[in-house]
Amino acid sequence: MSVDSSGVKSQVGLFVTCLVDLQRPSVGFAAIKLLELAGCDVDVPATQTCCGQPAFNNGDFDSAAALARQTIAALEDYDYVVAPSGSCAGTLKCHYPKLLADDPDWAARAATFADKVHELMSFLVDVRGLQPTALNAQFNANATYHDSCSSLREMGVKEQPRTLLQGVAGLEVVEMEDTEVCCGFGGTFCVKYPEISARIGSDKLSNAKATGADVLLGGDLGCLLNLSGRARREGTDLRVFHTAEVLAGMAERGIGEEIE
Amino acid sequence: MDVRSLEFKQRSVIALDEPNLQKALKQGKAGFQGNRARAIDLVPEWQQIRSDAKVMKDHTLENLDYYLLQYEAAVEANGGKVHWAPTAADANRIITELVTNAEAKLVVKGKSMVSEEVALNSALEAAGVQTVETDLGEYIIQLAGEPPSHIIAPAAHKTKEQVSDLFEKAHGGPRIEDRPGLVTQARHVLREKFMTADIGITGANLFIAESGQHVLVTNEGNGDLCSSVPKVQIVITSIDKIVPTLEDAAATIRLLARSGTGQHISNYTSLYGGPKAADELDGPEQYHVVLVDNGRSTMLGNAFRDMLRCIRCGACMNHCPVYGNVGGHAYGWVYPGPMGSVLTPNMVGLEQTMDLPNACTMNGRCAEVCPMSIPLPDLLREHRRLQFQRGLGGKVARGTLAAWAAVAKKPSIYQTLTRPAVKVMSYFGGKSGVYKTLPGLGSWTSQRDLPAPQGDTFMAQWRKQQKSKKS
Ligand code: SF4
Repeated sequence: MSVDSSGVKSQVGLFVTCLVDLQRPSVGFAAIKLLELAGCDVDVPATQTCCGQPAFNNGDFDSAAALARQTIAALEDYDYVVAPSGSCAGTLKCHYPKLLADDPDWAARAATFADKVHELMSFLVDVRGLQPTALNAQFNANATYHDSCSSLREMGVKEQPRTLLQGVAGLEVVEMEDTEVCCGFGGTFCVKYPEISARIGSDKLSNAKATGADVLLGGDLGCLLNLSGRARREGTDLRVFHTAEVLAGMAERGIGEEIE
Repeated sequence: MDVRSLEFKQRSVIALDEPNLQKALKQGKAGFQGNRARAIDLVPEWQQIRSDAKVMKDHTLENLDYYLLQYEAAVEANGGKVHWAPTAADANRIITELVTNAEAKLVVKGKSMVSEEVALNSALEAAGVQTVETDLGEYIIQLAGEPPSHIIAPAAHKTKEQVSDLFEKAHGGPRIEDRPGLVTQARHVLREKFMTADIGITGANLFIAESGQHVLVTNEGNGDLCSSVPKVQIVITSIDKIVPTLEDAAATIRLLARSGTGQHISNYTSLYGGPKAADELDGPEQYHVVLVDNGRSTMLGNAFRDMLRCIRCGACMNHCPVYGNVGGHAYGWVYPGPMGSVLTPNMVGLEQTMDLPNACTMNGRCAEVCPMSIPLPDLLREHRRLQFQRGLGGKVARGTLAAWAAVAKKPSIYQTLTRPAVKVMSYFGGKSGVYKTLPGLGSWTSQRDLPAPQGDTFMAQWRKQQKSKKS
């Protein structure tokens, strides 16, 4: 599994995502560890920044297209492009081709690039066939998993993280009510309509709590920052981690947790 | 109807703390979502019907002129008349004329969102005609003097207790508390109206080009009484509701009932086509169809054409986390939820509806459940693009986003600028791990703590690792 027939490992370009870069690098390092476990060579080109989704979703298509070109140029030479975020991967895969469709120099490049893009969990399971038994992680907790919207609807992520989580010793995953419902983050939505966002987030947290879980997992840092921040504000006792951190055995301090 | 969409922010915040509304919304949502899911589970070929319907409707829209004329000819052959209403004002003028020509005093109405769109009731009222809504939900909100809050359940925002209050006031005591009792009372009051009305006005869920018929779907049968008892039948609908054939109508109805109420078929699904024939015992003497455009032919030619496939089932709002928490009135006009946030700016102008395209998390559940595969989030994003292009919207937000994009376009500057910022934030986040408040990020911290960054940026740490590997 780890090498192709000619003995050459798959070259993966990691798209770190700006939130992981700035907020929580451990997610990026966990992703690298998992990708290497799945037999890939991982590189992180320095010319990447943000995928442009904030500009795109706020109607500034020119800025978004500029960032799309930059991201494509940075990553198009790898065999695969992997992001530890469904919504950033979705931007690269589903929206870049539309954004650049009318640009004669870039339309074809964007389409070829899109074919290489994967969200981390689906890449590990669907492309690399990583088995839960191959993991070497321990995490004693009852967890519930939030299906973030872009992972689920744009990147087809549903069973893959759940499958891999079965390989984590000590971990029990319990499904919550409405797991496919939005957490209220929505990028700039959460600062434009903070009260509505908070209510949607609180609904998610109470569904999570109702399972008896003490940990909430997910695959998109935006959602996780929103939910952990809301949990802290409400006084809801839930630890929040990115799934990759738990799978890589790198889950130490949860998002927004106090330093002991 | 006044457009109050610019008040979205204030009204949505109030709605979040309105206990009756919250109770009604929670009940409604659970019912709609559960019933739809169960109904669709029983149709294995659901996705196939859905994609066939999209193809059928795209073809119809591509040839809309042809099918509309075919329809008009068929209606005339049936002895009816089609009236073309380019604008809302035209629709009101045409119907008011029909009503006054018939010297009508009382009009009974079935539920019609197009009539809400053009504000027909106030036009008729201004002409001195009494109009009684006969759909139970519409009747309730007419008594309350409120606009609908949902396209298939206009009184979705009302609890049973609030309906008891309204009926007690309107009909006199004794107060009735149970649902069947309330329905029976409304039925008695309305029965008399049906029998004495001069004109019946209804909407149409669909109309069929080949046969000149329209399809009316209701659960109460009120639409059928409006259609067949009074002497004059008027149908108000919009040009996008056309389908070419009876088969197409049948396929669409399969989607509509299941997506909307989770029924296999609604209690009453009726086809009408023209006035009473010479050898028929009952039915109206006149049959008029008013076809409203009101911006639709513009949408046919711009980026919003997909929206014209909408069959008004309401599934998008029933699955929208924003609608589900704030209800329909916050949207400030006739059509709420995702479909409304696409349509309303097209009909009343983007300037009047600044929040609507933005009050969406882009979660995509609406598009997932939409039986006509309308890419609602993409269409909302298109409105945002137009807002950006026209320089509409908050300056601070635009400035912040522009600054972010400018920095992100220069990777080395991005890394030089973000690293110290991240380090400082991580340091001052300190032991508690979060910020309770932070200058410039008040909209985040008003509702949530802000987790402090872990420490250094990923990029800086990665560079260090690579260097030490090499040396
Ligand atoms: S947009 Fe789709 S889901 Fe919403 S009302 Fe129209 S047909 Fe139904």
